[in-house]
Amino acid sequence: METKRANKWINALVPVIAVILGLLVGAVIMVISGYNPFEAYGSIFQMVFLTPYYAGETIVTMIPLILSGLSVAFAFRTGLFNIGVEGQLLVGWLASVAFAIHFADWPKLVLIPLCLLVAALAGGLWGLIPGLLKARFYVHEVITTIMMNYIALYSTNAIIRQFLYADGERTPLIPDSASLSSNFLSNITGGSRLHWGILVALLGAVIMWFLLWRTTLGYELRAIGFNPDASRYAGMNVARNIITSFAIAGGFAGVAGAMLGLGTYHYMSINASFTGIGFDGIAVALLGVNTAPGVVIGAALFAALETGEVSMQSLGIPNDLVEIIIALIIFFVASHYMIRWTLDRFKKGGAAR
Amino acid sequence: MKKRVLFLFAAMLVFGTVLAACGTSGGGTSNGKKDGVKVAMVTDVGGVNDKSFNQSAWEGLQKFGKDFNLKQNTDYKYLQSTSSNDYEPNLTQLIQQKYDLVFGIGYLMQNAVKNVAERNKNAHLAIVDSVVDAPNVVSINFKEEQGSFLVGVVAGLMTKTNKVGFIGGIDSALIKKFENGFKAGVKSVNPKAQIFTQYAGSFDAADKGQAIAATFYGKGADIIYHASGATGNGVFTEAKTRKKNGQNVWVIGVDRDQYDAGLPEDVTLTSMVKRVDRAVYDVSKMVKDGKFPGGKTLEFGLKDDAVGLSEHHQHIPEDVLKKVDEYKSKIISGEITPPKTDKEYKQFVANLNK
Repeated sequence: METKRANKWINALVPVIAVILGLLVGAVIMVISGYNPFEAYGSIFQMVFLTPYYAGETIVTMIPLILSGLSVAFAFRTGLFNIGVEGQLLVGWLASVAFAIHFADWPKLVLIPLCLLVAALAGGLWGLIPGLLKARFYVHEVITTIMMNYIALYSTNAIIRQFLYADGERTPLIPDSASLSSNFLSNITGGSRLHWGILVALLGAVIMWFLLWRTTLGYELRAIGFNPDASRYAGMNVARNIITSFAIAGGFAGVAGAMLGLGTYHYMSINASFTGIGFDGIAVALLGVNTAPGVVIGAALFAALETGEVSMQSLGIPNDLVEIIIALIIFFVASHYMIRWTLDRFKKGGAAR
Repeated sequence: MKKRVLFLFAAMLVFGTVLAACGTSGGGTSNGKKDGVKVAMVTDVGGVNDKSFNQSAWEGLQKFGKDFNLKQNTDYKYLQSTSSNDYEPNLTQLIQQKYDLVFGIGYLMQNAVKNVAERNKNAHLAIVDSVVDAPNVVSINFKEEQGSFLVGVVAGLMTKTNKVGFIGGIDSALIKKFENGFKAGVKSVNPKAQIFTQYAGSFDAADKGQAIAATFYGKGADIIYHASGATGNGVFTEAKTRKKNGQNVWVIGVDRDQYDAGLPEDVTLTSMVKRVDRAVYDVSKMVKDGKFPGGKTLEFGLKDDAVGLSEHHQHIPEDVLKKVDEYKSKIISGEITPPKTDKEYKQFVANLNK
């Protein structure tokens, strides 16, 4: 019992230490390149917490990151690597925008939930395919999801160009009846793009937690994540659960896309390359140790760093350095084994190995 | 073990603070002299080293800064966007830092500039390669069809196989101006020439550019004009390989002087330069003189020396250059209007055949 509690404590501590180490090494790199890390981190803090506009923009960046992180974390609980968030997000984005434009005259209270549903279904469908392939034919999901990303990127671009093209390499704007933006939220944050999607994202976190920890389905999914063979022996339908897990994960990613379409941009652009949100989601999930609250916190940190890029650039610190710091944090989180090992040494009072 | 870790941490911290103390000398003391002008720009994801319009715009801003003794980072600067999500925060930040003019570089920023302009009515903004209809935004556009017409004249006169090619990046109204201007130029001097056209669907797919160029050269084209950003790097690669194997092929570059891209085989015939730097410079100067042309759409063309042939054109014989000059003055005088759209091109060719 004692060790179990201690383990839980370490589980929460590891990402925190990883972040601190990342920031610390980042500081050293800044110093070596002749920048003042206190000024840099100070400016991020000041910007994100004390300037309403950037606080708002940070949350705007955070919204799709939460959902993307949830998608990765959910699949991971079933032992699946969902590298396909990027693609699921793109199809969800396009589906929500296309639906909103097509049914522009429907009332807001009907249209927005339907847009979100359509995005979830589109993303879910995109996740279903690798799920099916994995469950039925044992095709490795990492390969299929990566390929599905490319299929999504180029087919959404082609569809926009063919059917929904507006000047500026994008779709037309969505109607106001489908917009998640709010004058109220924008005004209290100094005119930022803050929109109601934050509620959707937080609701998504609650849904993930509920599904995994309060339903039979969630129990089975987690059991399969721990040991598929044992689960099969216990009478669970592993194949069906893998498909379900991937579909739900895809649904989260699809809604992340809808947040971009209905909230942040109000259109979908023809993307020359991936948005990066899906890949950041992997890091966010890792940082949040695949728990719902952890993902929210991880997304907040990533969003803050991304907004901080703007303020650090103003100090003359190049963008690349911020990217390096983000990469360092991921690096340290990924090498949690190393941190755990060090913590163990400390706990045992520096006993000999 | 524990001691060693602790020592490392301590060393890092000490090292950090010592150097940090040395590092602060740069920023900090900017005495806000109000008589000067402050201009800034936001790049799209390409950044200021993209060898294309972002770089060109930044060069213009740097020259402006140098000419009027401005300090980089306080009086003039750029912010780079890492994704389209950054456009609005970057523009807003520069406005909050009281820059008198903020450029959004590239049509991808059109909607962001529009939104930011609406929210900051007192700010002055500019957008390159697009049009934003707002009283506090000036739209900067280029007559790419004019410059493309001239390189079309070069290609039409210099092709030995009577076949030339055009490779576009993304099929859009902007790139269509390059295509139709070029085709009209070729047809004006060489009505029998065959013109191959293809779009790569992307501005950063060098592999596709190379594949398309291989097809065109394979079908007998000897000059290819590309308007496709980094996709064009593949066109240069293909041309260089063929030249090495003894085939006499050429590439016409775009946006800036791409002479260096054709080295060492020297395959760049010339480039259709688009002087974003000059436009950025001019508009900055207007603001400095208190004449911000808000709400207007400025068109930079041959007349302003903002489009045209690059300085490197030593492979073009004298008589061809003479012809180019002839057409140049005809375009400036309005005697010839190069087409921008497919429809205008059809009409242009119909008029030629009369």
